[in-house]
Amino acid sequence: MRLLTLQDENTRLVVLGSALLGLSAGVVGSFAVLRRRALVGDAVAHAALPGVCAAWLVFGERSLPLFLAGGLLFGLLAVVCLAFLRAQTRIKDDAAMAVVLGSFFGLGIVLSRVAQNRPSGALAGLDGFLFGKAASMVRQDVEMIALVSGASLVLVAVLFKEFQLVCFDRAFGGAQGWPVGWLDLGLMSVLVCCTVVGLPAVGVVLMAALLVIPAVTARFWTDRLGVMVVLAGVIGAVASATGAGLSAVLPPPPGSLSRGWPTGPMIVLSATAAFGVSMLAAPRRGIVAEWLRRRALVRRIAQQHLLRGVFECQEAGRDLGRAVSERELLSARSWGEGELAAAVRVAVGRDLVTREGDGLKLTPTGVEEASRVVRAHRLWALYLVDQAGIASDHVDRDADEIEHVLDAAVIRGLEERLLATGKLPASGRGLPVVGGEA
Amino acid sequence: MTIYAHEWWVIATAVACCVACGVIGCFLVLRRLSMLGDAIAHAVLPGLAVAFMVSGSRAVGPMLLGAAGAGLLTVGLSSVLQKRARIAEDAAIGVVFTGMFATGVLMITWVASTIDLDPGCVLYGLLEFVAFDTVVVGGLEVPRALVALLVVAGVNIAVVAVFLKELRIVAFDPALAATMGISVGVVHYGLMGLVAATTVVSFEAVGSILVVTMLVAPGATAHLLTDRLGRMLWLTGVIAAASAVLGYFAAVWLNTSIAGMISVVAGGLFAAAVFLAPRHGYLGKVVVRGLLSMRIAREDVLAFLYRWEERAGQQGVRGPGAWQIAAALEQPVLTPVAIWWLGRLGWVGPGPVLTEAGRATAVGVVRSHRLWESYLAKHLPLAGDHLHAPSHRVEHFIGPGMREELAGELGAGRDPHGREIPGEDRSG
Repeated sequence: MRLLTLQDENTRLVVLGSALLGLSAGVVGSFAVLRRRALVGDAVAHAALPGVCAAWLVFGERSLPLFLAGGLLFGLLAVVCLAFLRAQTRIKDDAAMAVVLGSFFGLGIVLSRVAQNRPSGALAGLDGFLFGKAASMVRQDVEMIALVSGASLVLVAVLFKEFQLVCFDRAFGGAQGWPVGWLDLGLMSVLVCCTVVGLPAVGVVLMAALLVIPAVTARFWTDRLGVMVVLAGVIGAVASATGAGLSAVLPPPPGSLSRGWPTGPMIVLSATAAFGVSMLAAPRRGIVAEWLRRRALVRRIAQQHLLRGVFECQEAGRDLGRAVSERELLSARSWGEGELAAAVRVAVGRDLVTREGDGLKLTPTGVEEASRVVRAHRLWALYLVDQAGIASDHVDRDADEIEHVLDAAVIRGLEERLLATGKLPASGRGLPVVGGEA
Repeated sequence: MTIYAHEWWVIATAVACCVACGVIGCFLVLRRLSMLGDAIAHAVLPGLAVAFMVSGSRAVGPMLLGAAGAGLLTVGLSSVLQKRARIAEDAAIGVVFTGMFATGVLMITWVASTIDLDPGCVLYGLLEFVAFDTVVVGGLEVPRALVALLVVAGVNIAVVAVFLKELRIVAFDPALAATMGISVGVVHYGLMGLVAATTVVSFEAVGSILVVTMLVAPGATAHLLTDRLGRMLWLTGVIAAASAVLGYFAAVWLNTSIAGMISVVAGGLFAAAVFLAPRHGYLGKVVVRGLLSMRIAREDVLAFLYRWEERAGQQGVRGPGAWQIAAALEQPVLTPVAIWWLGRLGWVGPGPVLTEAGRATAVGVVRSHRLWESYLAKHLPLAGDHLHAPSHRVEHFIGPGMREELAGELGAGRDPHGREIPGEDRSG
């Protein structure tokens, strides 16, 4: 109960520290994701390790600020290496990142083993940097996180416009005379600071997650950078606080010797859950919304095919009032029985056709709609034959695909062009007039 | 220095691991999928955990299966996120592998009491101790890891040798591959499956993160050294083996982690190639650029002295001092060097004054310049004061053949500023 209400001083610190970390990582990560540098955080997090070990070897003292300074140095070095490789060699970004990440991390392991061999004692707590030990956060750590987060947030706020420029149109920024190279490096340096300060809390891999997941999640909900940055910060903060809280509240796994669920993975999974929900449910970019849109389109097209099919069968029989059987429709175009039956069901429901015996008839609204579709189809076919010089037996399928998206204005334009060239047939098996007989 | 038997086994294991990773990693480098290799290396963790939970043992079969499954799941999920949710490739990879890794850590925490999986082993590998876990093959006690890695290396090399044509086309032109009836998807997932399997087997030896270096660094190094795929593949093998051997001895010398040191050496070889590679190296480029700058500076000085003579109306007149020329050409550093160099060549005598040989080159440069100005004036609607700057840049790249063509096309003896276009020097 004390845990649930965050009355425990230690838990409160951990939740607060994680939330601050998530906030700044979300904000800075937004720019990294848009700049297509989402994995730089991963590379930097790994590359900071030798810095931590070097700080220990040089100063022989276990102090968080020194460790962070060493990590910062090597993180920045990695970013500079990446920028150099990108600009001056044929090595592509992905390979550059993998090599820098791997060899820096290898150096870290080499140095840590060298440090262990020292008589002065092993470098304890290195594992903490790899996997993160948020639960052991103390006031000093939280103050450090608050300082760095605050500084990065202020910097992002001040340079918002410039970072936006670098993210969306670097070439334009360069042409405008902005120092895009330095701005890019500045953005990456802020990223390095946020990454390194978060390492002791959530660890190497999971720090990379905090930079990417909130930003990608926020992207689902908006197309505006300002909104996205704020949203990513909020998502990062809430996910981090939730994860940290959960790992403190949940009972440890049965029979476990450890003190409970690790905080870092809990934070990442909270963020991943937010990502999953957003991916499914976001109003415009979400998968469900996309699927619904697509299904509506497929349905509309099926309706229009049905109406045109009925109309053309009636036309072929020279009787626009007669009922058309399903067998006739099936042979009129290549569709399956199930497809046809579904389309008929919807069309009957929308009062476009009525059943008469075992045939189908168009209702007055159906006639109007069918005339429109047939008209669009035939105008486009005529246009293709006349203007694009396509053989007349090749145009039907093209027209089939485009008839559904031709709006009234385009149809009027087509009519005018074809009339002007004298290619619009005045009568006969011609173009049905919308809302009436041909 | 004596090398004991168990040390030979360690070296052999390291070489097998690096070669197995390097050969397959070439295609990651070429297809710009290196970070997918990193992602797979992290994301196999939950696969391993599930394999533990289901089989209750650390047997190789279930581990391989679980890891390959998790690797393919990573690849599939990130491509689904790219296509369905329209997320950029790198962000999709970042979301998937970190999520999988977190799940893996939690799973291991869940089963921590029942199985023994040391996170340190997963991260750093146990290359030092491979010789203590052996199997008997043909009456010889061979480290288990070495056998597994040799099998993987053999499979990788065989697959690359047999499917080289398919892999090559998919790597360089996937669209062409598709029109030729090669299934890009099958090749892609096949490759990723191999990467996952290689990762898992290498895991025990070198650890999860160093696998990434082994996969990418030798291939990237070889990519800097050659433009031919065949040569790149065997160079990768050589570089991988060299990293392993050098890394081993460096590690023994410093008494530190072998796997870590191999990574550092692989990175070091890569850095050396970045600077020293003959065609794509940074130093080579700097030298080529420097030589070009020097040639341009020399030609500018010659042309300057030619115009000086022209203005004075007589040959052999002494030009102004080096610093004045430098100021006029706005090249304070390069010009004095160029004048010194021209002196060494015997093109400019003390004074400075043009020699015969120097004048021959100067005539060519000035002729190029004025011909180009005339050509621009004739064919492009440029203002008269906009002709000099482009001609000044392009004069260094117009040879005798092109001058002849320009002269034939123009048929004029004077440039747009009314100055005479010097005739081609026929003396030399």
